[in-house]
Amino acid sequence: MNFILDYYNYWIVVFLMMTGFYIVISANNLVKKIVGLNVFQTSVFMLYISMGKVTGGTAPIVAEGVTQYSNPLPHVLILTAIVVGVATTAVGLALIIRIKRAYGTVEENEFDNKDDAI
Amino acid sequence: MAELIDLVLLAMLALTALRIIFLKDLFAIVMLFGIYSFLSALIFINLDAVDVAFTEASVGAGISTVLMLGTLALTGRKEKKSSRSSILPLFVVCVTGAALIYGTLDMPPFGHPDNPIHQHVAPRYIEESPKEVGLPNMVTSVLASYRGFDTFGETVVVFAAAIGVLSLLGIRRRKDKDAPESGLETHHVLHVVAKVIIPLVILFALYVQFHGDFGPGGGFQAGVIGAAAFILYALVFGLPKSFAVVSPKILQLMASFGVLLYASVGLYSMSKGGNFLDYNKLAADPLAGQHYGIIIIELGVGITVFAVMLSIFYAFASQAERSNIQ
Amino acid sequence: MFVLDIISSILLIAGVFFGLSGAVGLFKFPDFFTRVHAASITDSIAAILIIGGLLLQTSFDLNTAKLLFILAFLMITSPTASHALAKSARHGGLLTLAEVKEEKEEKQQEQSH
Repeated sequence: MNFILDYYNYWIVVFLMMTGFYIVISANNLVKKIVGLNVFQTSVFMLYISMGKVTGGTAPIVAEGVTQYSNPLPHVLILTAIVVGVATTAVGLALIIRIKRAYGTVEENEFDNKDDAI
Repeated sequence: MAELIDLVLLAMLALTALRIIFLKDLFAIVMLFGIYSFLSALIFINLDAVDVAFTEASVGAGISTVLMLGTLALTGRKEKKSSRSSILPLFVVCVTGAALIYGTLDMPPFGHPDNPIHQHVAPRYIEESPKEVGLPNMVTSVLASYRGFDTFGETVVVFAAAIGVLSLLGIRRRKDKDAPESGLETHHVLHVVAKVIIPLVILFALYVQFHGDFGPGGGFQAGVIGAAAFILYALVFGLPKSFAVVSPKILQLMASFGVLLYASVGLYSMSKGGNFLDYNKLAADPLAGQHYGIIIIELGVGITVFAVMLSIFYAFASQAERSNIQ
Repeated sequence: MFVLDIISSILLIAGVFFGLSGAVGLFKFPDFFTRVHAASITDSIAAILIIGGLLLQTSFDLNTAKLLFILAFLMITSPTASHALAKSARHGGLLTLAEVKEEKEEKQQEQSH
């Protein structure tokens, strides 16, 4: 039981990562691929934050009477990563809008015969 | 009891992600993605990461969902059936997942205080940052002072995203005045409630910006919350009125101004004899210099993120206007 | 104080009950508009009861003010969201279950004539 509690976070992270990965490689629609990419990114955030947690600790804000703090370094790295993730998503979605305008479709299996038309 | 909350929330997260695979309706997928972001924000709070939870809730469940819905308005709602079989992706995913789970067995157990991650740099930040930087919020002191270069790079990445989206899409103004107005004309309840709520949201954004030194908050969250207020205005009252309130030119100026403000703090501290972004040289007393430096760069970050998020929304929304009119 | 703890537990359990009933109703109700009503139960009465229960747990300090603010904003925004949802559905032409049955009966009457 202790063994499961020790590693439960990491196994769920691996499951979410693989779910996101599966959505990216197997979805037909490009917007669904971007959603899968975001699922993957958030699972990586979960991994870092789980590593930074200390049992019995509290949020890393200096307060009276607190002796044990959780590690602030993964929080900083993930803050940066979240914002960079939304920037990437925005550019990806803008590319999808242009693809729709150029090809008329955002489904992956309809691209093969449209390329000759461009 | 805290472990039980952790277990249940992570299981709900896994179920939500699993459901996204099997749905074909993209609108429902985007809504499930919003739920996924909110659930991960809850889990982050349970894991003591309050700043990260704040950012994930506002950015992931706020801006990302809005942008995806804006894209869906242009590309259609349903996913067509794939003609390829899904055996090969399933096999690849299973093999990779098994390898990763085998790798996690080597990791140190969850939550122990003597894990290697808590040994080298983190005790120095936890013990020295009240003396060297003087802020209660250690995440802000690490983000803005110890790792100021990373935050500068992040601000420039956000600015580059704005450049990317604006050069791909561009913000189109309407040329003729006779085309129908956008916005929700007949929703009188929404008009009244929006007029009440929008000033309060802007006030909250300013509070989060300046309170980031003492509690969770900071420039990124404040910029996103402020952009959300103006996005609400644009959705309820229509895009032309929103262009009249905050024009895209002003937003471009604001975005560049935020990055320049950050860089000029660094150059000023170089002119005073220190390194780039060395806040100790900004005032006579090093602690006061740190405070000044952190407030000014957080302001720069907040201005840039606000202008960039709003410009990206304007770019997406004016595309929808174009296709509506045509 | 023991009495405050008991009252706050009663409020929290009642809030959880209403939240659960809203969730069950979201699955069980037959029509879109009734489902919107079930979902808005979670936003309004469950939120009031749960935040009321939490208010009794704090002593009278900053947390009380923050909880009151959260309650005020939830009361303003959540019913507006449900209203906007129902109004947009109506505007888009969605009919209630009673109106759908009326239309079916009218069509059957026209066909039998």
